[in-house]
Amino acid sequence: MSDPTAPPLPPSRPLRPEELAGFEGRPAAVSGRARDPVNPPMIRHWCEAMGDRHPAYSGPDPVAPPTMLQAWIMGGLSGHGPRGGRADAYDRLLGLLDRAGYTAVVATDCEQEYLRPLRPGDELTFDAVIETVSPLKHTRLGAGHFVTTRTEIRTAGALVGTHRFRILKYAPRPKPGKAAPGPAADELRPQRPRPVINRDNAGFWEGVAAGQLLIQRCAACAELRFPWLPGCGRCGSPEWTAVRASGAGRVFSYVVMHHPPFPAFDPPYAVGLVELAEGVRMISNLIGTEPGRVRIGMRAELEFLQVDAGLRLPVFRVLPDGADA
Amino acid sequence: MRPGDELPPLSVPVTRTLIVAGALASRDFQDVHHDAEAARAKGSPDIFMNILTTNGLVGRYITDHFGADATLVRVSIRLGVPNYPGDVLTLSGRVVSVSPAREAGRRAVEVAVTGTNRLGRHVTGTVHVAVPAAAPESPADGGGA
Repeated sequence: MSDPTAPPLPPSRPLRPEELAGFEGRPAAVSGRARDPVNPPMIRHWCEAMGDRHPAYSGPDPVAPPTMLQAWIMGGLSGHGPRGGRADAYDRLLGLLDRAGYTAVVATDCEQEYLRPLRPGDELTFDAVIETVSPLKHTRLGAGHFVTTRTEIRTAGALVGTHRFRILKYAPRPKPGKAAPGPAADELRPQRPRPVINRDNAGFWEGVAAGQLLIQRCAACAELRFPWLPGCGRCGSPEWTAVRASGAGRVFSYVVMHHPPFPAFDPPYAVGLVELAEGVRMISNLIGTEPGRVRIGMRAELEFLQVDAGLRLPVFRVLPDGADA
Repeated sequence: MRPGDELPPLSVPVTRTLIVAGALASRDFQDVHHDAEAARAKGSPDIFMNILTTNGLVGRYITDHFGADATLVRVSIRLGVPNYPGDVLTLSGRVVSVSPAREAGRRAVEVAVTGTNRLGRHVTGTVHVAVPAAAPESPADGGGA
């Protein structure tokens, strides 16, 4: 959908919500007409390509394979021209995304419902609406917006099928040079976010640097607390001391992160809420087993993971064998 | 036929010819589906299968299995990793639900479909297909696989 003859586009910029607002619910196509009536040659080409030998799709009185629904209303090599009914709102939306740098397009979802079989001679018309435009999403391909349209396809005014289609308009990620997968590529690799360290939690990160997991203990009432806070949630005292956790714990709860793939993270991975032997709970990565094998109650043991040169994090290795110990 | 039943898998060699033939049969002339140089210029290692072909293959997989009297009612798919030339797409399916017999002696079967290749999951989806209520317990064999 991008014009290869257009001048180079600027790097992608975030679009303000108000720039995208107003497109939802607007038409994407109005009174479009299929280029050709449903016809046996196109059905036969489709079936040959797909290797589909369903008997209903051939013979003297064939029906079209239902999954051909979209093929009938594609613009083809020469485009729809005025027959396509392409609505101004849709062109403006795609143009806006192109100019913001989201020039590439890939189809991600297709949902079709077939209300009655299409037969040779059926003349199809269609109308489409822009259902949704997503906020900016970070995907494996790059950052972009999902645009969902819903098309109604009719024959002589009667609805014969619906077609919901989702595309991702995205800014392709710059590709690291193939010839140099060495340190240069490593430096290009996005880094995990850095912790925000302030005077309330600096002691915790000093502990991590020293290979210790430190918990706060209220100097007044001896209540343990985590994460680090300036005052005691039980008695309110601002006085505290730090105690070193033994490093033993159990998986209290967890999630397995599949999507979306944030830069520097490689899904799927497990994030656990670990209850330490001391009684407080903390959130961190669970390592040492496939994410799908993590279970509540598994033993978890503290480790320090050197994520990169500048970041060390406490994580927990789960011990499946000890799960019922 | 019961919920939980697995359909026998179907392996489809993803040849360059299939990708191009599928793109043309679906009137999809985006260059990334037939022109390897153009695909590379856009950051893809090669041409890749278009979504309409994947949709067609998913539909074929279901009707191949349920036989000549099966009619597709609804097909919903989501794409994951691309299908590049040289891959093998392996489609598998599991019956999710089977409705009681309805009008015209047919029942609706909902099947969860997954298609994987060497890169991972190419497609996940759900297909609703209408089959004769008197369909035999064992799946129709043949059908054209």
